[in-house]
This record gives sequence, structure tokens and C-alpha cells, in this order.
Amino acid sequence: MQLVLEKRAERSNTIALVSPLIAIALTIVTMSILFAILGKNPILALGVYFIDPLTDSYSLQEIAVKAAPLVMIAIGLSLCYLANVWNIGAEGQFLVGAVAGSWLAVKTQGTDAGYWVLPAMLLLGAAAGAAYALIPAICKVRFGASEILVSLMLVYVADLLLDYLVRGPWRDPAGFNFPTTAEFDPVATVPILIEGGRLHLGAIITLLVVAAAAVLLGRTIKGFEIRVVGAAPRAARFGGFNSNQLILLTFAISGALAGLAGIIEVAGPVGHLQPGISPGYGFTAIIVAFLGRLNPIGILIAGLFLALTFIGGEQAQIAMKIPLDVTKVFQGILLFYVLACDSLILYRFRLISSSPKVSSGTA
Amino acid sequence: MGLLEAIILAVLAASTPLLIAATGELVAERAGVLNLGVEGMMIVGAACGFGGAYISGSIIVGAISGILAGAALSLIFAMMTLGLAVNQVATGLALTILGIGLSGLIGSRFVGEKITPAPHLHIPGLTDIPFVGRILFGEDAFVYLSLALVVAVWLFLYRTRAGLVLRAIGDNHVSAHALGYPVLRIRMLAVMFGGACAGLAGAYLPLAYTPFFIPGMTAGRGWIALALVVFSSWRPARLVVGAYLFGAVTILQLHAQGAGFGIPSQFMSALPYLATVIVLVLISRARTGGSTAPAALRTVFVPDR
Repeated sequence: MQLVLEKRAERSNTIALVSPLIAIALTIVTMSILFAILGKNPILALGVYFIDPLTDSYSLQEIAVKAAPLVMIAIGLSLCYLANVWNIGAEGQFLVGAVAGSWLAVKTQGTDAGYWVLPAMLLLGAAAGAAYALIPAICKVRFGASEILVSLMLVYVADLLLDYLVRGPWRDPAGFNFPTTAEFDPVATVPILIEGGRLHLGAIITLLVVAAAAVLLGRTIKGFEIRVVGAAPRAARFGGFNSNQLILLTFAISGALAGLAGIIEVAGPVGHLQPGISPGYGFTAIIVAFLGRLNPIGILIAGLFLALTFIGGEQAQIAMKIPLDVTKVFQGILLFYVLACDSLILYRFRLISSSPKVSSGTA
Repeated sequence: MGLLEAIILAVLAASTPLLIAATGELVAERAGVLNLGVEGMMIVGAACGFGGAYISGSIIVGAISGILAGAALSLIFAMMTLGLAVNQVATGLALTILGIGLSGLIGSRFVGEKITPAPHLHIPGLTDIPFVGRILFGEDAFVYLSLALVVAVWLFLYRTRAGLVLRAIGDNHVSAHALGYPVLRIRMLAVMFGGACAGLAGAYLPLAYTPFFIPGMTAGRGWIALALVVFSSWRPARLVVGAYLFGAVTILQLHAQGAGFGIPSQFMSALPYLATVIVLVLISRARTGGSTAPAALRTVFVPDR
């Protein structure tokens, strides 16, 4: 007897709905085993990871603060992935957006610039992110270079650019030689929503982005074109859709959103530009996009869930001395399970006898 | 030792991990499988390789640990993309994310420890020849191994029947299947060879390049290896040229940083990555008459029964 994969006659809607839940369940089982190997009580560890952050207001706000950039980046990435092009350099676009917006904050520091500074910073961040994402898109459309490798290479370049700026020209003269700019002025800072809390305007912008993406994909011709180009490129060509233009468009949107997330992170929770402003948001957002089934509402839920693992991971490190890397392992395993479960939407397993039947007439 | 000699020795050392990882990936891609997880397999190979050598005190045990770790990770990838017909790009990314986490978990206890690096060959008389002696007869075993690997892969791909079958599967899996070749089994072996090479390439870094382990020490070499495969147009011989070219860029920027020139070091550090982008653009542009990539690369195959 042998287990083989077989294409379903049509996609299974039941599995499409439950597959992320199965994936999360399998991940939790795997993590319990990993905790046990590390010599920690799995029940306690899972409690610290997934339950404790939900029980106090500070952690709940922190989850929303972490989820905002993840969701915003993942929405953009989902457009690329739906169109079957692979932007995996969102981390770089995030950093470049942060750098471009910070330029204005640094230049207007200490002047009596008005309330136009923050909106201008956000615009700059989004524009720079879009421009940075257009580099791999243009290389792809114009020269046929792999967008995967080009976008990824540019992450390292962006990281070095940020490093240079905060150690060189933009370093805070009063900062004791730490590689950081001075704290941004209040007019260059994203306003807090709850007095004394951490939740900021970025959360609301993220919700608007989710709504806009839902409208784009569900209600407009452009959204339809994006989905057709990804799912059935031949049909798209017969339909006269310009796939090159769609590649540029999806990359520009995803870069803009990553850049916007970058400048909001710097002008919000961080408050100044410094290396290490992202704990890998651009890469984790890839997982968010797939866990959310490339669907805006799904991505919102998935973003909150992965933000929970960031907070849970930090608390588990403090409370139980569980290394932070466990969070990354967790995220990687989760993506594996999500992809594996998604396969069952289109395929199913069947048991067949291991000796293939010899058709008659070959004797 | 003259400066030029030192530079050539450094270039050879810097190129070796790229060459080993890219050779493995080339075989997998020739079979039609794009494994984007090279960086993840390399970094786990580095952690396990150092761990193995540190605990056992033997470089060989370290290298084998790295190989096994890379092969094990690639087996997960093969089960996903071949067994479950999952998208190869997404699975490769998952492998890299998982690998970075795992290497941190495995390697954290070894951070700050040191080992004796792999010894260099010394043949009395030959190695002592001025200039060429050290370069030709004074390398560590991995350098010779990497070149032997390329030759072996070239012989396998172009001079054996099995290599022909592998290339056929990479170009047209439907026809190969119809002829009765076990497409998925051969692809799995090719992917695992790629994983083993990536693991070995990762292990080279803490075993011979720098005798200690730091998290993230592969620093994008896995991705550059992937770009090298594109650069080589999927031909092993051109891989050698590409790998040494990139090794040279890496070493020259380091020397330029040392010399100063008033250019910020970050700009020099960005050079290998920018060079990769430029090379990818030039190579892809030169190929206007159709791609040289294996025709079935990245496509899913579910056998019809």
C-alpha cells in the first residue's frame, strides 16, 4: 500500500476555511515537543506564550502596536503573491521608508515647523518604499532579472545605508556616540490614541489599509486583473491584461505600504532612527500573508496572532529563560504547516496498492 | 608573503563556501527544483558544523555534522514541494526563516567558544615554492574538495546516463515520467544533494574561514549562491568563474576598507550585494533569445495515475 497525492476535481472550500486552524494546532503540538526538549514545562510555556499576553491592557496594546506594521506590510505582499510575483525584500523597503521619513524629521529638528511635518514624513516614507520596490520590479520587467534575488539583495543594502546614516551624518551630537538620531520633535511623532498608553495612530491607518485592500481585491477591475494574472496567466493574456504593468503596480503598492510601516514605526513606538528598528517585520509579514490566505481580513487576524507570538516570546524569555530564537523557529514551523495544509485544498491523499497494475496486452 | 599572494589566498577562501553551496543548488535546479532555502540550510550547517567540531574536537566530524544538518533540512523541503506539491518559492522562504531560528537555538551555547581551524596542506618543497606554492599546495582541504565537487558534478551531468536523466527531468518532467523515470525520487535525491552541499558550505565558515561561530555569520552568502547559479546559466564550469569573481569583490572591498580612501565602510560592505544585482541584470539582459534555465524549474509535478 502506498500513499499518493491526487488532484481534487474542485477546490475544497471546507479545507480552505479550516486549514489555518489545523496548521496552528499542529504548530502548537510541535512547539510543545520543542519546549519539552529544552527542558521546559510545555503547558506553562504555552500559557506564557499565548494566554498571558491577552490578560493585561499593556500587552494587548503592545500586540496591536506590533501587529500594525506586520499587517500593513503583509497586505502589500499579498497583492504581489496573488499576481504570482515575489517581493521578499519588504524588510529593505521598510528600512528605506523609515530613513526617508526620518530625513525630514532630522532636518526640521528644533525649527518651528508646523503640523505638516508628520504627514509629509509619512508621504516620503511611502514614496521611498515604493521607489525602492520598483528597482526589482523594473529589473524584472525590463531585463528579466529574478525579482526574488534582487529584492532580497536590496535588504542588505538598505540595512547598511541606515547604519551609515545613524553612525555618520545624522548621529545625535548629544547622544554619547550611540548610533542613533536625536529624539524626534512632537510634530514629527505619530500621536498616541490612549492617554499614557502605547497604541498609536498607525493602528487606525492599518485598518484603513485593510479596508482599502478588501475593496481593491473584491470590488475593482484592477483587483480582478491582479488575481487573474496570478492564477491564470494565459487567460490574462487573452483578456488583454498588461502583466508587466501589474507587476510594477503590485511592487509599488507593497513597497509603499512597507515604507509607510517603516516611518510609522520610527516616528511612533521607537521615536528616533537607529539600527535594529525592525525585529524582522518584513520577513515575518511573509508568514502573515500566507497564514491569512492572501485575504485582507485573514491577514488582519494572522497579523494579530503573529504579534502575539512576538510578545509571548519576549515574556517567555523573561519568565522562563526560553531563548528568543524559539519565536523564529515557531514562525518558520507555522509557515511550513500552513503551506502543507493549503496543499490539501487542491489535492487529496489516496491509498493505492504499491504494485501498479500491468495493463493487458503487454504480455 | 606579498600582498598579492595574501589577496589571492583570501579570495580562494572567501569563494569556497559560495562555490560549494552553488554547486549543490545547481544540481537541484537542473532537476527542476528551486530551493530558496540555501541561506537557511547554510546557517544551520554552520551552527551544527561548529557544534560537531567543538564537542568532538575533529574538523571532519564538524563537516559531517554540517552536511547531515543541511541534508535533513532539505528533506523537509523535498517532502513539502515534492510530496505535497507545495509552491517551491514559499517553502524555500519558510526553510530560511526556520533555519535562522534553529541556528540561533543550536549555536547560542557555542558563541564565544573557539576551535582550531582546519589545517592547511603542506607538502615540503612544493608548498615552499615562492608565490605559487602557498596558493596551489597550501590550501585547506575544503578548497580542493570544492573544486573536485565541481568536476564531479560536471562529469555526472554531462558524461553519465543518470545525469542525462536528471537534466531531462528538469526540462520536461511529463515526458520523463512517461518514459518511466521516477521523477519525484530523482528530484528528492537532487534536492538532498543540494542540502548536503549547503550544509557543508555553511560548516566551512566556522571550521576554516573564521574559527568561531556567530549568529547570522552566513550574511546572505546563501542568496548570493542562488544568484551565482543564475549567473552560471546552470553550467558548473561557469560557476567557478562566478564564485571566484564574487570572492574577489568581497576581499577587495575589505582591503579597500582597510586602506581608507575616505569612503564610508558601509558603502564598501554593500558592494557584493550591489554587484549581485548588477550581474543578475546584465546576465538576464544578455539572454534575450530565450532563457537557459531548466524548462521545468519551479513547476509542480503530480504524477498522473
